[in-house]
Amino acid sequence: MSLRVENLACARGPAQILAGVTFAVAPGEALILRGANGAGKTTLLRTLAGLTPPLAGTITAAPDAIAYAAHADGLKAQLSVAENLAFWAGAFGQGDIGPAVEAFHLGPLLDRRAGEMSAGQKRRLSLARLLVTGRPIWCLDEPTVSLDAENVARFAAAVTAHLAAGGSAVIATHIDLGLPAAQTFDITPFVAKRIRADDPFAEAMG
Amino acid sequence: MIALLKRDLMLALRAGGGFGLSLAFFLIFATLVPFGVGPQTGVLATIAPGILWLGALLACLLSLDRIFQLDWEDGTLDLIATSPVPLEGLAAIKALAHWLTTGLPLVVAAPVLGVLLNLPGAAYPWLVASLLLGTPALSAIGTFGAALTVGIKRGGLLLSLLVLPLYMPTLIFGALCVVRGAAGQEALTPLLLVAGITLGSLAILPFAAAAALRVNLR
Repeated sequence: MSLRVENLACARGPAQILAGVTFAVAPGEALILRGANGAGKTTLLRTLAGLTPPLAGTITAAPDAIAYAAHADGLKAQLSVAENLAFWAGAFGQGDIGPAVEAFHLGPLLDRRAGEMSAGQKRRLSLARLLVTGRPIWCLDEPTVSLDAENVARFAAAVTAHLAAGGSAVIATHIDLGLPAAQTFDITPFVAKRIRADDPFAEAMG
Repeated sequence: MIALLKRDLMLALRAGGGFGLSLAFFLIFATLVPFGVGPQTGVLATIAPGILWLGALLACLLSLDRIFQLDWEDGTLDLIATSPVPLEGLAAIKALAHWLTTGLPLVVAAPVLGVLLNLPGAAYPWLVASLLLGTPALSAIGTFGAALTVGIKRGGLLLSLLVLPLYMPTLIFGALCVVRGAAGQEALTPLLLVAGITLGSLAILPFAAAAALRVNLR
């Protein structure tokens, strides 16, 4: 399942952030996004996920192929780990949460409410969600935040297994995950910040 | 989508989910009225239909800002938007969950409060029927308002200002139906108008809410 991006221009609110972004990710391959804080990694990932329409350019991927994981964990504090995962499995039309639980070692926490877990444990649950989406292209925004070394390794193993199964991933991260078949993509040359000319608020924003 | 409905109902019933909040507000509101206007049964019987409808409407309003705001704050809304669930379906399910946890308990509680307000006996079937047919419209309109204001910090007040005028037709015909029922007059016409408003809201507003969500998620 390949992802091709051609000449993509992305915006966040009234401002254009990136322009001319072009890359391709083949099945079994990972793309590591690099760029300074505020360069536009999140904006690019949100555009890939379909949350923000691109200003220009094309994103070519199979429909419903992309699974997105944001900074926010997207967990319900009142629900248990199992209930949170079961909800996402249901929303994505998948049945089994077993492999996801195993990959991130959530077994001992299954009945714990998400609100009572540590930040790292929440992150593991949030990443386990990717496995129950059943989608081939993962777009991940700083997935290793608040994970300890052991769980970063678990995450890297999960991504490696996903790639080996023919999936692909676009990952914004500052650390080295040690993934095989990973190409690094620096977005710095594509940063093109300006107020959108077509934006009705452009004048007011100066 | 069924998973979504199940999750919303589960969240509403868990501690801090807000289930019962609207119902408690409705009970207190209707109980306070006799203290405010005095215990004369004649006066109470005259104003009971309006008070009960107004109370149900305000109780509905109370829980509207939770519909999308909580999911938006913890990032769930972004993730649902990238899931196979269409945003139109999400809006419809959210309205349904809101009605099941807010509207339906109000419909059940209203006849009890009718007794408290000395509502004439002939009006009870019309009260229940008009609330049963009218509260889904309140939930659908409220979901649309919540979608418009999602992402605005403390948007609850703005939400009330947006939604209350849109509630007016439902309130007018809903209360009129009960008033006419209480007076022994023909009450089917306003009831049908309430049903019409509900059907129209249910048909159109999930699409409008989805469009508003798309803009707000950018």
